[in-house]
Amino acid sequence: MIRLKVNGAPKDYKGDPDMPLLWYLRDTLQLTGTKFGCGEGLCGACTVHVNGEAQRSCSTSMKNVEGKTVRTIEGLSANGDHPLQRAWEAANVPQCGYCQSGQIMQAAALLKSKPNPTDDEIDVFMQGNICRCGTYQRIRQAIKAAASEVKA
Amino acid sequence: MKRLELATRRDFLGGIFSAGALVFAVGALPKEGSARDVAKTAFNPNIWVGIDTDGAVTIVTHRSEMGTGIRTSLPMVVADELGADWSRVRVEQALGSDIYGSQDTDGSQSIRDFYDIMRQTGASARLMLERAAAAQWNVPAAECKGDDHFVTHTPSGKKLAYGELAASAAKQALPRKEELRLKTAAEFKYIGKGVPSVDLKDIVRGHAIYGFDAHVPGMVYASIERPPVLGGKLKGFDDSAAKKVAGVEQTVLLDGAQPPYGFQALGGVAVIADNTWAASQGRKKLKIEWEFGPHAIYDSSSYKKTLLETVGKPQQVVRSTGDVDTAFANASKVVEASYYTPLLAHTPMEPPAAVAEFKDGKVEVWAATQNPQAVQETVAKALGIKPVDVICHVTLLGGGFGRKSKPDYVAEAALLSKKVGKPVKISWTREEDIRFDYFHATSAMYFKAGLDAGGKPQAWLQRTVFPPIDSTFDASARYGGSELSLGFLDMPFDIANIRAENGPAEPHLRIGWLRSVSNIYHAFGIQSFIDELAHAAGKDPVEYWLATLGEPRKLDLSTQEAKYENYGKPLADYPLDTGRLRRVAETAAERSGWANKRSARGHAWGFAAHRSFLTYVAAVVEVEVDQNGKLRIPNVHLAVDCGNVIHPDRVIAQFEGAAVMGATIAMMGEITAADGRVVQSNFNNYPVARINEAPYHTHVHLIDGGDTLPTGAGEPGVPPIAPAICNAIFAATGKRIRELPVKKTKLA
Repeated sequence: MIRLKVNGAPKDYKGDPDMPLLWYLRDTLQLTGTKFGCGEGLCGACTVHVNGEAQRSCSTSMKNVEGKTVRTIEGLSANGDHPLQRAWEAANVPQCGYCQSGQIMQAAALLKSKPNPTDDEIDVFMQGNICRCGTYQRIRQAIKAAASEVKA
Repeated sequence: MKRLELATRRDFLGGIFSAGALVFAVGALPKEGSARDVAKTAFNPNIWVGIDTDGAVTIVTHRSEMGTGIRTSLPMVVADELGADWSRVRVEQALGSDIYGSQDTDGSQSIRDFYDIMRQTGASARLMLERAAAAQWNVPAAECKGDDHFVTHTPSGKKLAYGELAASAAKQALPRKEELRLKTAAEFKYIGKGVPSVDLKDIVRGHAIYGFDAHVPGMVYASIERPPVLGGKLKGFDDSAAKKVAGVEQTVLLDGAQPPYGFQALGGVAVIADNTWAASQGRKKLKIEWEFGPHAIYDSSSYKKTLLETVGKPQQVVRSTGDVDTAFANASKVVEASYYTPLLAHTPMEPPAAVAEFKDGKVEVWAATQNPQAVQETVAKALGIKPVDVICHVTLLGGGFGRKSKPDYVAEAALLSKKVGKPVKISWTREEDIRFDYFHATSAMYFKAGLDAGGKPQAWLQRTVFPPIDSTFDASARYGGSELSLGFLDMPFDIANIRAENGPAEPHLRIGWLRSVSNIYHAFGIQSFIDELAHAAGKDPVEYWLATLGEPRKLDLSTQEAKYENYGKPLADYPLDTGRLRRVAETAAERSGWANKRSARGHAWGFAAHRSFLTYVAAVVEVEVDQNGKLRIPNVHLAVDCGNVIHPDRVIAQFEGAAVMGATIAMMGEITAADGRVVQSNFNNYPVARINEAPYHTHVHLIDGGDTLPTGAGEPGVPPIAPAICNAIFAATGKRIRELPVKKTKLA
C-alpha cells in the first residue's frame, strides 16, 4: 500500500504501483484539473507539486510518491486566489484553458525559487509547458504581475 | 461549467432553464429534421433566453468553446440588448439540436452569422418586458425603457425589476422583428467593450470540465488499437495477455471503416478497463495481425516528388484573364519558383475524448466537439438510430483547430457503449491524436511572373496541387474544389494577365480542415512569390506589394472564369475589397515603423498580407538569425480589419495565438509518412512552438470597423505569418525558403 497526501488529505493507494500519479488524481480522486496532454513529460499539462517541486504527474509512478505530499491546481490556494490565479484572471490569459492548470502550477514553483524572475528566467523555467492556443506572452505578463504583487 | 454529473439526464428545456416561473423558455421544442438554415431557424428567442422571477437570466449558447471566447461573446450580445446586468446572467451550453441553426463552430463564422440574431433575441426579450411593465402601469410602451435589469417609466421614473415582470412578460406575444428597437452603438454597455470569459474562474482553479474530464457513474474506460494504415483490415488477434492486465474487463472488436471515410470510427480492437491506465496497458499487450491494404505504398517523400512534377505541368485552368503566354513572351524578365508545404496535424492540447451511454435505443454523449449536430448524425448512422435519439452534451474543448469538428471519436465511444452495455469513455493518447488525425494537406505550388522593364508584373501564372478535403467525403475527389476559394482564386494583385491552374492529387490519409485551411499554403506561396518579385525588381517589398495591389477595387472573379465562393457569403455584403487589404498593409507598415527599418545580416523584417474568412490581415515580422542559424522572432505586428469588433480583447487574443500557431507552421510543423503510416507520434518529433520559441511579442492593431459587418477572427491571423517570417529570413540571410518548415533549411 502506498500512502501519500493530496492537497493536505491523507490517501492510501492499493493499485498498480507503476500507474502514473496523473491517473490516480484524475480517475480515482476525480481531481480533473490536472490534465493529460502527452503522457511523456513533453508538454507540462499534468504539472503538479510533489513535496513542493513541479513534477509531471503523467511520468511520475505511484510508487515514487510514497510518503510524499502532492498538491494540484485544486489545492493551490484555499479560495482560488493565489497571486498567480488572480494575475491570470486580470490578464485574461486562458483561451481554451486546458494547459493553464499546468502553466499555473509550473509558474507557482518558479516564483517559489525566484520571486522576481526575469523574462529569460521565465522562458527557461516555463519552456516545458506547451500552450497550443499561443497565450505565452500573457503568461509572461501574468507571472511578472504576480511577482510584483508578492514583492509589494 | 461545473461537474458534468449535475448537467446530465435533464429534459431538453426543462433542464436548461430552471423550474421556477420563467418567461421565454415556454413551449419551444426541437423541430425534428428542420433545415439547418441560419436565417430560417435561429431567430427564436424562446430557445435562447429565460428570466426567472428572482431576476436570474439564463442565456443559452449554441456554439462550442475551444478558446475563442464565443461562449461568452454571444451571450454578452444578448445581455446587452436585453438590458441585463451581466453579473446576473448564467450561460448554459446548448445540446446538439437543429433548432439552433448550425452549431458547427468553425469557419470563423459564429459572430458573423449570429451577431444580428443574438441582438434581436435580446431586444425581443427587452421589448416584452417593457410591454409587460407598460400594461401594469397603463402607460404607452414607448415610454418604458429596459436597462440594467429594470424597466423604467421614463416620464415618472417608476421602476420594475426584470424578475418582477418575468411572469407577465411571458404572456406577451413574441414581437415581430420590425417592432424591435436595437440599441445604438453609443448605448452599448458590453458590445465593443467585452466582459471576462464566463469560464475564466473555473479554468484558473482547475474546475473547468473538458471532454477528457467527462465522468458518468459506472463508466468504463476504452483504449483502441486502430488499423495503422488507413483502410487496413484485421486479419487476426490474440488478446490473452491484454486480458491479464489488472483492471482490464474485456476486449471488443470494432468493424473497420469503409471509403469514403468521412467521420466513421476507424475500427480496431478496443480494450475495456476500469481506469484509463489499465486500458492503455492492456492495449499495448494486444497482438494483432493487419492486412494493410492499398495505402501501405504511401511514402510522403516520393509523394512530394509527384506533387512537384504535377505542379510543373499545365493543369486545369480555374481562373483566367488576358493572355499570360503572350505576356511571358514579351516580358523583360521572367521569374519562376515552386513551393512545397508538408502535412500538418492539429494537436489541440486536449486530444479527442468523449463519453457515451447507450440505453434503450438511445444514446447520450458528452463530447469535446465543435459540431454536436455532426455528432448526432454520425453516431446515429453508426448505431442505426435516429439523430434525435442522440443527445449530445457539449463540454469545453481543450483546443479544436478543426480536429474536433470530426466526431469519429464520439462514434467510437457510442459503438463501444452499445457493445459493452455500460457508459464508455474514450480518451485518445497523443500518439493516437497525431497518427489518426484528419491531416492538413501537403501541397505544391508553382508560380511564374513576367516583369516589364520597370519591374512591374504583366503576367502571373500560379498552380496549386494538394489532396483535397473533399476526398474524405467522396473517395473519387482529386481536385481542389471549394478549397481553391481559400486564398488561391482570390489572388488579389492587379495584373493584366493572370492564369490559375489546379492539378489532381491522390489521398492516402484522411484529409481535413485545420485552422485557416488551404489559406495556409496559398498565402505562403503567393506572399512569398510577390516578395521574390520585389527583390527581382530591386524594390522595397511593401512598396512593391502596394504598387502591385493597385488602386482600391472590388474584385468580381466571375469575369475571370473563376468560381469563387467568398466563404458562402454574397460579394455585395462582403466584397473582396483590395482597398481594405491595402489599408491593413499600410497600417501594419506604419505601426511597425517599416519605413525606418533597415534589414541587415542576421536581423530583418518581413511583410505579408492576406484576406481570409472575409477578414483582412497584414503582418510585419521581425526576425533575428544568429551565427548558428538559430531563429528568434522578437516582434510581430498584425493589422486586422474584421469589421465591427464585438469583443476586442478576445479578438486580440485570437490574433496573438494565430501568430504563435503560424510560427509553429513556419518553423517546425511537419508530418511525414512511410509505408502508409504516420511517422511522428508526440511533441518530441512533432514539435510545436514553446514560450522560448514563439514570437516574443505580438502587437495587434485593430482597424476600427465602425458599423461594417463583422467577418471572422479565429482563423485569418494564421495565413500571413509563415510568409512574413520567411520573407524576413530572406532579408536577414539571403536564403529563400520555398519549403516548409524552415527547420529543413540551414540558416547559418
